[in-house]
Amino acid sequence: MPHLIFFGLAVIALVGAFLVVLAPRAVYSALALIVCFIATAGLLLQLGAQFMAFLQIIIYAGAIMVLFLFVIMLLDPKTENFSSNRLIKFSVLIVPLGILMTLLLMKNFPLPSITATNWNSIMADDVRSIGNSLFRDYLLPFEVTSILILVAIIGAVVLTKRPKH
Amino acid sequence: MVPIEYYLVLSALLFVIGSAGVILRRNIITMFMCIELMLNAVNLTFITLSKVWGQVDGQIIVFFVMTVTAAEAAVGLALIVVLSRRNNTLDADQANSMKW
Repeated sequence: MPHLIFFGLAVIALVGAFLVVLAPRAVYSALALIVCFIATAGLLLQLGAQFMAFLQIIIYAGAIMVLFLFVIMLLDPKTENFSSNRLIKFSVLIVPLGILMTLLLMKNFPLPSITATNWNSIMADDVRSIGNSLFRDYLLPFEVTSILILVAIIGAVVLTKRPKH
Repeated sequence: MVPIEYYLVLSALLFVIGSAGVILRRNIITMFMCIELMLNAVNLTFITLSKVWGQVDGQIIVFFVMTVTAAEAAVGLALIVVLSRRNNTLDADQANSMKW
């Protein structure tokens, strides 16, 4: 059963990713990307990272993609005609790269074998341990992040402001 | 339990699809979305490995990556708006005024 859920979600995520690249219109790409993000959130839930899964849905599929869709509707990009030539290039590019990365991951990782009990105990206090780590060990980076967001807000406003004259 | 390698292979495939999209597409917004796809794949790898090792640090990194991605999306989309206002197109090949 876990295998069935994993493969279902993985197929949805991969189809979404393919559609992001191959869809001729940017709006369809954005919608496919939302599907891909939600499938990934499902995979994170299956991994036991509930906090990250819901953060993924709220931030990625919610905030960021709404921003993307807003800009797409604002600018109204033209349809990019996607010839079969591009499709051949796409497959030529993606097949060797995919095989290479898969081989690298399979060969070179000294992964510890995880036991079922270990897995469950990690699952139990997911949010609590993240909060403890975030506000204790990573407090300074967390505060620096707020400055980063402030800079991003000011930057976005300054960039899009029209000159007076 | 699903083997960990499946998650790693899936995120590698998502990353490869995203990078192929960045190389092949010429619409700036679509290229930007493909970058988001690659970041998403890396996040999946981080969380998988954090679960494998039983350490929460990987998820903290993903938290920071999400924050930086939000900031990057805001600034990047502002840049795209300015660029399209300037060039009247979203084609990345048209943005060549710095090319010699």
